[in-house]
Order: sequence, then structure tokens, then C-alpha cells
Amino acid sequence: MLNRRDVVKKIQSALTAHLFISGLGSPSYDLHAAGDNPKNFYLWGAMGGAAMMGLGLAMARPDQKIAVLTGDGEQLMGLGALATIGVAKPQNLAVIVLDNGHFGETGMQQSHTSQGVDLGAVAASCGFAYTCTVEDAAGLADLLHQLQTVNGPLCAVVRVSAAPVPRSLPILDGSELKNRFRRVLNLDPL
Amino acid sequence: MSDDWEDQLYQLLIKHEVSLLPYVPDAGHAALISKADKGHEIATVVLSTEEEGVALNCGAWLGGKRSVLLMQSSGVGNCINMMSLIANCSFPFVTLVTMRGEFGEFNSWQVPMGQATKDCLEAIGLTTYCVEDPDSLLKTVDAALFSAFASQQRNAVLMSQKLLGRKEW
Repeated sequence: MLNRRDVVKKIQSALTAHLFISGLGSPSYDLHAAGDNPKNFYLWGAMGGAAMMGLGLAMARPDQKIAVLTGDGEQLMGLGALATIGVAKPQNLAVIVLDNGHFGETGMQQSHTSQGVDLGAVAASCGFAYTCTVEDAAGLADLLHQLQTVNGPLCAVVRVSAAPVPRSLPILDGSELKNRFRRVLNLDPL
Repeated sequence: MSDDWEDQLYQLLIKHEVSLLPYVPDAGHAALISKADKGHEIATVVLSTEEEGVALNCGAWLGGKRSVLLMQSSGVGNCINMMSLIANCSFPFVTLVTMRGEFGEFNSWQVPMGQATKDCLEAIGLTTYCVEDPDSLLKTVDAALFSAFASQQRNAVLMSQKLLGRKEW
């Protein structure tokens, strides 16, 4: 089974020009562990919001490519966001769900994706231009290629092991995260 | 409702360089949404639930664009935890909220959230402005947009049923 840290490291290494938004909990730790960078915006809360922040950024900046890294728990809370993104159809947005089938931060309770819910199928029915489910190294290699070539919106469900990995904590200060991200785009703080 | 103030409101959003208008529809916002859809200045985004628009506004600002969320007062309750994002990151934020359950309401099911709307928004850190007539609406939206995007304020303009008129049953 794929290791989430290896997956995110490979995604970050491949997508050197992308801007990243990560959802609360493990996806933010994974992105931080892969390598801190001002163009990473880590969410520590606002559960369900990562994909929609990605949509706002993608619509604001059609000149940039955006990758949202989230978990199955967060995207289940933001299930309607898949419908909204499917209708808005941003070509420059990828939503990558690191699906371990569990709520990892709260005691490893099984999520809906362990019990039959297929987020990739939901995204496909919502009108995403490209969807896939990744279960192994070959699938991941193909996803890395698709992320750099196909028009979005793209939704990839990457099945990862639920085995615990050490936390890797990004900075908490939201204003700093916001301002350093905006500087990458030559936008000044107020 | 005269068409006049709605057109002036649309022009005000353009003047303040608002380029995105996410919404969960309400009859009180219908004319504004229609004007945006017909024009080329502001892109609308239909949402499945209001908190999506909170996150969308913040993402747009990360990319340097101004986005204003349109919703009904009943949708405010859906937004509360997502609004922690605004406070934590000092995002500039503006929402225009059409009120239900506030003045001359027929549907009693709209009343609990309508009566709680102002307190809920203030509890999560937004400044609220209640407007009851077109003149104060335009002045208030102008001020709310200015202070949001010039000094990182988070503002909700509550548009009274006195302004919008009663929904006929």
C-alpha cells in the first residue's frame, strides 16, 4: 500500500510550478514534511474548505496551476464542493484526496470511504474533466504525468496506508501563511 | 424593489474591483446575480452551501482578487466554523446577506436563524451593518468594501426585509 509521505513528496517534486493548498490534519503535515515552501498554504482548521480555497485561487489566477491536497474525511465534509468545482470547471485545479479510509486525527475511526463511498466516482459524476483512483506505484507515476498534462478540473483519489507517520508541523500563524504565499505572486500585504 | 439600486449596487462592486460573486441564491439577490451573469466584469459561482463561499473568497484573495459572498440569512448558520479561516488569517471579507425571519415574515421556520444571524456573525468576529433602505445600502456596501480591502476588515451587510419587501405567499 502506498505511503502517504512518499506520495506527497513525489507530487511536490514533480509539480515544481504548482501552488499548493493542504487540508487540515495529515495532508498539511505531509506537505510540510515534503518540504516547506511559501507557496504551500497549510490549513489547520476550516474543515471542508481546502478544495474551495483552491477553486477561489484557481479562478483568481488562471495563469497558475493549483494543487489541493486533502484527506477523505475533509472531502467528505466538503462533498458539495465537488459539485461546485464540477460546474465551475477550472482547468487549472487538481484536487488530490489522500484516502486512508479513516479519520486519522481523532482516533482512526473508519470513514465513509472504508464503507463503500467512492470520492472519485462522485467527482466524475459532478463533471470533473479527469478522475482517477491510484493504488500503486504505477498508478502514481501515471497521475504525476496527468497532473502536468491534462486540463482540469482533476480529482485523484490516492489510496494510502492508514499506518501512523510522525507529525510534521507547519507554522500556525495564518497571517504569515497568507502573506508569504501572496509574496510568491508579487502581492504585497496590506 | 426598484431596479435602480440594484444596478447601482452592481456598479459599486465593479468600482471596487470585485471580480468574483459566489452565491447561494435568494430572491433578494436575483437581480444582482442576473446582472453579473449578463455582464463581463464579475464571474458568478453557484455554491451548494454557503460555507463554500467563505473558503472561495479567501482563496481568491490569496491570488489577489476580490470576491463577495451573496447569501440569505439562513445560510449564515452554515458558515460559522469556516469563518474561523477569516479570523485566523486576517483575510479581508465581505458578504451581503438578505434577511429572512426578521420583518413581516410568513414562514416561521425562517425566524430562528433570521433572529440569530447578527449575533452569530458577531460571535465569529465579523462586523455587521443592518440596512433598511437603498440609500444606506449603497453607502454601507461602499464603506464595507473599502474597509475590507483597504484595511483587512471582515464585514457583513444585512439587507432588511424592509428593503427587499415581503415574500408573497
